[in-house]
Amino acid sequence: MDKQQILKILERDARTSPKQIAVMLGEEEENVAAAIAQMEKNGVIRHYKTIIDWEKAGKEQVFVFIDVRVSPSRGVGFDDVAERIYRYPEVHSVYLVSGDYDLRVVIEGKNMKDVAFFVAEKLSTLEGVLSTKSSFLLKKYKSDGDMFVDVAAEERLAITP
Amino acid sequence: MKPISDVVQTTPPSGIRKFFDIVSQMQDVISLGVGEPDFDTPWRISESCIFSLERGRTHYTSNFGTPELRKAISDYWQEREGLEYNWENQILITVGVSEAMDIAMRAILNPGDEIICPEPCYVSYKPCITFAGGVAVAIPSYMEDEFRVTPDLIRAAITKKTKAILISYPCNPTGATANREMLQEIVDIAKEHDLWIISDEIYDRMTYDGKHICIPTLTGAYDRTIFMNGFSKAYAMTGWRIGYACGSAEVIEAMMKIHQYTILCAPIMGQVAAVEAMKNGYADSEAMIEEYGRRRRVIVKGLNHAGLKCVMPGGAFYAFPSVKDTGLTCDEFSERLLYEEKVAVVPGNAFGECGEGHIRCSYATSIEKIEIAMERIARFISKLKV
Repeated sequence: MDKQQILKILERDARTSPKQIAVMLGEEEENVAAAIAQMEKNGVIRHYKTIIDWEKAGKEQVFVFIDVRVSPSRGVGFDDVAERIYRYPEVHSVYLVSGDYDLRVVIEGKNMKDVAFFVAEKLSTLEGVLSTKSSFLLKKYKSDGDMFVDVAAEERLAITP
Repeated sequence: MKPISDVVQTTPPSGIRKFFDIVSQMQDVISLGVGEPDFDTPWRISESCIFSLERGRTHYTSNFGTPELRKAISDYWQEREGLEYNWENQILITVGVSEAMDIAMRAILNPGDEIICPEPCYVSYKPCITFAGGVAVAIPSYMEDEFRVTPDLIRAAITKKTKAILISYPCNPTGATANREMLQEIVDIAKEHDLWIISDEIYDRMTYDGKHICIPTLTGAYDRTIFMNGFSKAYAMTGWRIGYACGSAEVIEAMMKIHQYTILCAPIMGQVAAVEAMKNGYADSEAMIEEYGRRRRVIVKGLNHAGLKCVMPGGAFYAFPSVKDTGLTCDEFSERLLYEEKVAVVPGNAFGECGEGHIRCSYATSIEKIEIAMERIARFISKLKV
């Protein structure tokens, strides 16, 4: 069985049932269910979540992208600094990247003050952090492969040869 | 005013037209009647055209098409099938395969010449033959044979006037694919009677089980085959209207002559976009084709579950189930299904007489919609039984 195919289907819609996947791939339902269970167990499938347009849902929130320059020292590498950062619940994501900065951190907060406080008080003061550069998110167009803008209605003719 | 020409007057309008008019006046219809991809053209392809427009590429091209596109097509077939088509005189860019089909007919037919045309088939083949002064000789194919034409029927239909055999696999409307032995036998028949082969392989990439057999690669086929393909299906580029024909320098020159005086050239915007499709569009089209493959199983299972006999189509994006067990004709079935359950399909007889008793269901629509349509069809059929 092609497990990558199962993953592609679930990545697009995590609610697709093993029964539906089995039909799509021409496999037996119990084999698909077993493959999914195994991938859940060994961490290939980490968990399932929902893509929410929080803005549409009326929730006030701000995101800020922070580029962080780090000075690693003996015994305190990038991983250690990153861990100090990613353990905060308001940290949405942390990446080690190439280029002028070392870590790219995304922070989520209720408002600008909230986020500014976190950067000034928590992030900048961490040992090993040399400098930061913050950019506030103004509008989300696409995230994790999902469009956050309304797409135009289908223009195809209803019946064509 | 004197009347419209006899040929045009006696050619019936496409059977698809009637349904189109009904569907367009209804709300909330799920249409399985669409013969084009539901995906938009991959953005890299559209964007390459926008970029070229900004740079003022808005002029006529060579009658044959841009050298860039012809070279890309030549390289593609060399790499994919080992086919040698000289880009300078063996490839003609056309306004979709539809134009290629029209001018191929006009290039080879004298009045009264016959073309053998397996049915069910695409709606425009027979009119193209008729408009070119030829006679279409229909050969039926049936579900029992997985809609593959029987070479013996072709052999039996050959007369002194036969000029060509028209083949198109994977097939619109049946989704049938052909196997090597059968196609080789057809090529051998063509060779024996010195006939042209016109091969419309627009759905070649949508072959789900095994490998597509490209006709000009078969023994004895290359010189006598007018091979047609295009960008509409595999790259979701229907509205761009770009297709092409490959063949001997002689026949391509003849087709070019008609093309030159009637079309001049295919639109440059579409040609530019097609180059991007050839060069960088493969992965995008693979992703779409994978999705069709999954939908194919969903729709066939759904149709069978609803009580309609349906063979698993090997290619294209159509299922062609039988509705004979319901006791309705395909017209009655399609019309009632549309009015009672708001699902649009195309009656099989639109694709030839032997398509009677079948409906064409396109799965170029989302899985979610296919699933709802299958529930509605199942409900429709269960009501018929009461």
